[in-house]
Amino acid sequence: MSIRLTVLSVVENVAAEQEKTLTPLANDTVLANSGLDSLCFAIIVARLEDTLGVDPFTASEEVYFPVTFGDFVALYENAAAA
Amino acid sequence: MPPPLDLRGLAGDAVSGGAAGLHAPKRQALWRDAVQGTILGGRRASLAGKSVLIGVSSQFDAALAMLELDGVVARMVITPPDFTSERLASAIAQAQVEAIICDDDVKDFGVDVTRVRVSALAPETEPRPAATETEWVLPTSGTTGAPKLVAHRLAGLLGAVRPRAAGEAAPVWATFYDIRRYGGMQIFLRAATSGATLLLTEASEPLADHVTRMAAAGVTHLSGTPSHWRRLLMSPEATRIAPKYVRLSGEIADRAVLANLAAFYPNAKIVHAYASTEAGVGFEVTDGREGFPAAYLDGVGGVEMRVVDGSLRLRSRRTADRYVGRDDLALADADGFVDTDDLVERVGERFFFKGRRAGTINVGGLKVHPEEVEQIINPHDAVRMSLVKARRNPIMGDLIVAEVVLREHDVSAEQKRAVKDEILAACRARLERHKVPVSIDFVPSLAMSAGGKLLRGKA
Repeated sequence: MSIRLTVLSVVENVAAEQEKTLTPLANDTVLANSGLDSLCFAIIVARLEDTLGVDPFTASEEVYFPVTFGDFVALYENAAAA
Repeated sequence: MPPPLDLRGLAGDAVSGGAAGLHAPKRQALWRDAVQGTILGGRRASLAGKSVLIGVSSQFDAALAMLELDGVVARMVITPPDFTSERLASAIAQAQVEAIICDDDVKDFGVDVTRVRVSALAPETEPRPAATETEWVLPTSGTTGAPKLVAHRLAGLLGAVRPRAAGEAAPVWATFYDIRRYGGMQIFLRAATSGATLLLTEASEPLADHVTRMAAAGVTHLSGTPSHWRRLLMSPEATRIAPKYVRLSGEIADRAVLANLAAFYPNAKIVHAYASTEAGVGFEVTDGREGFPAAYLDGVGGVEMRVVDGSLRLRSRRTADRYVGRDDLALADADGFVDTDDLVERVGERFFFKGRRAGTINVGGLKVHPEEVEQIINPHDAVRMSLVKARRNPIMGDLIVAEVVLREHDVSAEQKRAVKDEILAACRARLERHKVPVSIDFVPSLAMSAGGKLLRGKA
C-alpha cells in the first residue's frame, strides 16, 4: 500500500472512532477545515508511527507543521525516503 | 490590616481610556460597564458570604461572574466547561457549594443546588457591600476520579501580574486557553487589572473565526499551550495575525514549536512560562530556548526552586493555599515547597524538562491521573488488571495508552475486540475525551513491586 493510502486509511479510521465528520481529502484540503481536531491528529501521528515506523515530527531537527493534507502526506513520504 | 484586594476595584482603577473591554464571538462589554454592572439581576446580595460554583457554559459570562462575585462571596469554585456531572457533584460536595451560577435550567450538575440564572449585563442598582476576601477554587485532576480542589487568594493569583508601565499602550490580549483553567485565568486577570482588551473564544467558535476576530482587533499578546500553538501553526490563518508577545505555558515547550514560532512571528517576543494550578506561576524563559537556565535555582523573580529526586519544587507567594475539603492532603512540603511532579535534568548550564513523574500525564496541557482511567477499565468482567501510561506525542505532548491483563488466557481475537470496544465505550461515557486511551494492548502480565503494587516506571 502506498504511504498516501496508508495515511488516508488511518485518518479515516481515527475520524470514525472519534465520531468526527471528515471532509473529502484532497492535496489542498486545509487540515484545520478537515473536521479533525488536535487530539485526532495526535492519534493519527501515533498510529502512523506504529504502521510506518516513522514520526516525521521528531525524526529531524527541522520540523515544520503541515497546513494541508498534501503537506501532511509529503512529510511521511519524505521521512520514509530519508 | 489593608482591605482585601477586590477584582472589581482593581479593574475599575485600571480602566483609563474606557474603550478596553471583553470581546466574545457574539457579545462584548466594556470593562467600565462590566465593573459597574450586574448579570445577577438583584440576586447578588443573597449570595454574600456563600460558597458558589461558577457553572455557566460561556467564558464571557464566567468572566463577568468572577468580576462581580469576587469580594462578595466567601468562595468561588470555577469549573471548566468539560466537567462531567459526576465531577461537578464531587466539587459541589467538597466545597460545600450553596448556589450555582448558571445560564440554563437543564444542565446536569449531579446534585440539586439552588441555581442562579445569569442575565444580560445591566446597570447596577443595589449598593455593594464592603469587600470580603473571596477564596478562588480551581479543580485539578485527582487519582480517584474526584477532582482535587485547589484554593487560591486573589493576591496570589495576581502575584505574577505586573502593572502596565506608564505610557505603554493598552495591549490587546487573546488566549487559546479557557479562562476557567489556571493558564487562561492568568490572562483574564492580567487583562482585567491592566485595562487591556481581552478576546475570549467560546467552545463553538471555529479556530478560523477566532483568528479572524484577533486580526480585526489587532491582537498584540497571545497565550496558549504548545499544543494550542501547534494547532495554530497547522492553520492557514496563522499568517493573519502578528502578535508582539507570544506566550506558551502548561506543557513542555519543545524546540520544534519554539523554532516554528520564531520563524513565523519574527518580531514577537516569545516567552515560555512555567505554571501549574498548585504551584501558581513559577518563572518565565525569554531566551527562546528549551528548558531554563540553571541559574534560576539561585532564585528568580520571587520564586525559590529546588530539585528533589529529579522533580522540580517551587516556593513563592503565588502557590495555592491548600486543597479544599481534603485536610489529609498536603499541598506543599514541610518547607512550603510545592512538588510539581515535573522531572528536570541538568545539562551544563541548562535544565530541561523530561516529562512527568509517573503520577500524572499531561495531554495538551490537561492533567490526567492513570488511576482515574484504570478505575473505569478494571471493573470490566474480563479484566484482571490494567496499567494506564503516557505515550509521548509531538502534537499533544502525551497521549493516554492502556495495557490490560485479561482474566482468561485463551481468548479469541473476536472476544478481545469485543472487550476492547466495551472498555472504550465505558471510558467515553465516563471520562473527558482526552482521558480515553488511544490504544488498548492486551498483555500477559504487568510488573508488580514486592509490595504488590503496579510498577508504573517513569512516564
